[in-house]
Amino acid sequence: MPIDKDIVAKVSNLARIKINNDQLSTISNELESVIEWIDTLNEVNTNGVEPIANVSGQKLPLREDKVTDGGYSEKILNNAPEKESGFFVVPKVVE
Amino acid sequence: MTEITKKTILEIKEGLKKRDFSALEVTKAFISASEKNKNLNIYNTFTPEKALESSKISQQRIDRGEERLLDGIPIAIKDLFCTKDILTTASSKILSNFIPSYESTVTQKLWDAGALMLGKVSCDEFAMGSSNETSCFGNVINPWSKRNGKNLSPGGSSGGSSSVVSSGSALAATGTDTGGSIRQPVAFCGVTGIKPSYGRCSRWGIVAFASSLDQAGPITKTVSDSALMLNVMSGFDDKDSTSADLDVPDFTQTCNDFKLDKVKIGIPKEYQIDGMSPEIVKLWQQGSEWLKDRGAEIVEVSLPHTKYALPTYYVIAPAEASSNLARYDGVRYGLRNSQDNLDELYAYSRGEGFGYEVQRRILIGTYVLSAGYYDAYYRKAQRVRNLIIQDFQKAFDKVDVLLTPTTPTAAFELGSQLDPISMYMNDVFTVPASLAGLPAMSVPSGLSEDGLPLGLQIIGNQFDENSVLKIAANLENQASFPFLN
Repeated sequence: MPIDKDIVAKVSNLARIKINNDQLSTISNELESVIEWIDTLNEVNTNGVEPIANVSGQKLPLREDKVTDGGYSEKILNNAPEKESGFFVVPKVVE
Repeated sequence: MTEITKKTILEIKEGLKKRDFSALEVTKAFISASEKNKNLNIYNTFTPEKALESSKISQQRIDRGEERLLDGIPIAIKDLFCTKDILTTASSKILSNFIPSYESTVTQKLWDAGALMLGKVSCDEFAMGSSNETSCFGNVINPWSKRNGKNLSPGGSSGGSSSVVSSGSALAATGTDTGGSIRQPVAFCGVTGIKPSYGRCSRWGIVAFASSLDQAGPITKTVSDSALMLNVMSGFDDKDSTSADLDVPDFTQTCNDFKLDKVKIGIPKEYQIDGMSPEIVKLWQQGSEWLKDRGAEIVEVSLPHTKYALPTYYVIAPAEASSNLARYDGVRYGLRNSQDNLDELYAYSRGEGFGYEVQRRILIGTYVLSAGYYDAYYRKAQRVRNLIIQDFQKAFDKVDVLLTPTTPTAAFELGSQLDPISMYMNDVFTVPASLAGLPAMSVPSGLSEDGLPLGLQIIGNQFDENSVLKIAANLENQASFPFLN
């Protein structure tokens, strides 16, 4: 699967990472070689094999749907690059 | 004082009990060793005042005869564990000003047991790397470098944690392992480390990389010290729903069991790969002989999907990373590159804050999860992962543990591994056990012709850390490894 500069530009936009134009061709070459290598997985017959995400064999515990935490917005905002009146500040998004 | 920094945790505990030295003296010895080794660039944040202060409390408990398991033991913490009110950077520019308001479960358990914090040590950025070179604070230098005059990589991602123990600057360190990040650097630095079974230690408060793979574990000089650390670090945590709700056995109990009658050791034939250095092949055979001498039976086993483990890992780990790292948005914490438009604020903050390897992995992850590719890559990798797990299950029907090399080569020179895939190959022997969530440990077992450490890896069945530790202790006992400190 060839990965050209347009694909890298599209993926970097999806990932919200600003990449300089002069880096696009290096990255597309590197991604292409990694994806080619990953394509070796196609040699494996996985018909009827379940995809697996949980490897511990442990059942995920359930708990009551109750609030058990909270009430410290001050602490949470401590690391915010910009805050005002108990809120995170972002650029204006609605006109 | 040089004497103190050459000791193990168990020896220090005994010395403290017998009043050979005080907790303060021990702490001062490791602080001065850390200062002396400043050129190795191990610490991201050095907290000697914190260790000194806690050492007094430890000493009071020791004086009262109420000492806890790790009272008076100075340790270092990988800069991936959140520590309350202390800078936690994951060696990334994007978190270079992040001060957590909470403590990770694993570090809290260590402080509750009396351990003293010397500081936060370097790692690859977000634990993504096998050389410690992706840290935004520059690489750590492998303490063995001075032996042959080259600038060697400590391995990664837990490069700082391995170097701090190897150089005699701390008695132990915490590490995390996603695809080999404890085992490969401990092999490169000539120390010992275990990645326990997935779920054994809580992941709560550890900066996430790949959530279905990440596991914390200890790095120490000896197997018994690792077992003691693991006793403290393990256990169910209701703040991590994937932590295992199982009793934690005493991991130290098998570390002095030198009879291996009826123990079956599997040698996976697929681990004999091209490009493995001959001295590693020799060490692997030596390891088998050592265990045979103790009465173990050596059995060849097959793990047919081994060669697909790395490509599987490089779908799953970047996919999970791309989701986990979406939280770094320049809004809630971390670095912000201010822009007039919200999407540009995200993109410029992440473009500036993430290093190159992290960006590359997020892009790979985003690509394999994107519309049209999800089934072809991500689902496919999850299916192959299942086959890799089944391979191990079949092997453990026949044998108790597996013995393999930890790495295909000894430590390489900094800057020598330039393309991503050759760097990824460092983890060829460690990644399969990670994908299967199995406990695996590396023990320093010999030296290369250049005089550099080489490690052997023991892989155990799920939640059977005790068998891993037992075999590791036997190898350690036979190898009499010449520790640097």
